Amino acid sequence: MPARAARRRGLTALDRPGGAAEDWRRRTVRDSLSVGLAVGLYGAAFGAAATSAGLSVLQTCALSLLMFTGASQFALVGVLGAGGAPVAAVASAVLLGARNTLYGLRLAAPLDVRGFRRAVAAHAVIDETTAMALAAPTTAALRLAYAVTGLSLFLGWNLSTLAGALGSGLLGDSAQVALDAVVPAAFLALLWPRLRHSGTDRVVAAGGALIALVLTPVVAPGLQVMLAAAAVGLAFVGSRR
Amino acid sequence: MIWTVVLVASLCCYLLKYIGLAAPPAILERPAVRRAVELVPAALLAALVVVQAFTDGSALVLDARAAGLGAAFLALLLRAPFLLVLLVAGGTAALVNGLA
Repeated sequence: MPARAARRRGLTALDRPGGAAEDWRRRTVRDSLSVGLAVGLYGAAFGAAATSAGLSVLQTCALSLLMFTGASQFALVGVLGAGGAPVAAVASAVLLGARNTLYGLRLAAPLDVRGFRRAVAAHAVIDETTAMALAAPTTAALRLAYAVTGLSLFLGWNLSTLAGALGSGLLGDSAQVALDAVVPAAFLALLWPRLRHSGTDRVVAAGGALIALVLTPVVAPGLQVMLAAAAVGLAFVGSRR
Repeated sequence: MIWTVVLVASLCCYLLKYIGLAAPPAILERPAVRRAVELVPAALLAALVVVQAFTDGSALVLDARAAGLGAAFLALLLRAPFLLVLLVAGGTAALVNGLA
């Protein structure tokens, strides 16, 4: 009877030596790798968008290697493609990249890296790695998720950027539309774990989406995303009631 | 000129990432700051979702991307894995575009 009760509560895995630990390790690696694979679709979308905005294949690949933060890259080529000023292109990338500073603040303590390791780890402080790392149950799992996601993303992102840049001329209209739709779906999937587990996150996310939509016709492209951060204030209004 | 934009913007973006990891952890000791930092990604990711799905430059638009996003939402409700969510979104948008 106690054994059956334990099984019903899903405790059997803990009885085996290292069972639960093995389980999360495998799951962490699998989930992290699949994010890296999935971002391939998104990277191909970027490669195609950048070359059709007038960047060379080499410039497109340099952006994915050196900037390695998708939303900033899309913003930069969007401004250049629309004939915007170079300063505006840099500014939009920087505005969107500023959220990575906040991610870094959040990750600094659990990652606890110094010197050269910090310089390398910093390059992977982006949406996907932060989302995967913070979803991990323990600090050890967090570091594993960060490393595996970071590496598989870097490979997947750069290879698919190259493929998208080389293949953009071959893409039909339908494939182009499909790639465009992959981008917001990827961000929604990254946001999803927060929406499922926290009511406050849902309120803040709804506020951020509303602010961004309302401001889009009014402010420079890219700025509305940064200003959406003001929605965080909603959480504090709620908690004082 | 494009090269200058690519290199300057890349360097700035790297420094933004690095500053966060290198900042003194004491910044996060105040509960209000910590709470804000934890919630900011929710606001920014949601903003990115709607900006990438419903805007074109400074215009609000409704096109095949919206159908793709709706399909992605349903797939996530059904607990589909990340890759499947993206395939469903892309496939739906291509289908809607073909029908339109």
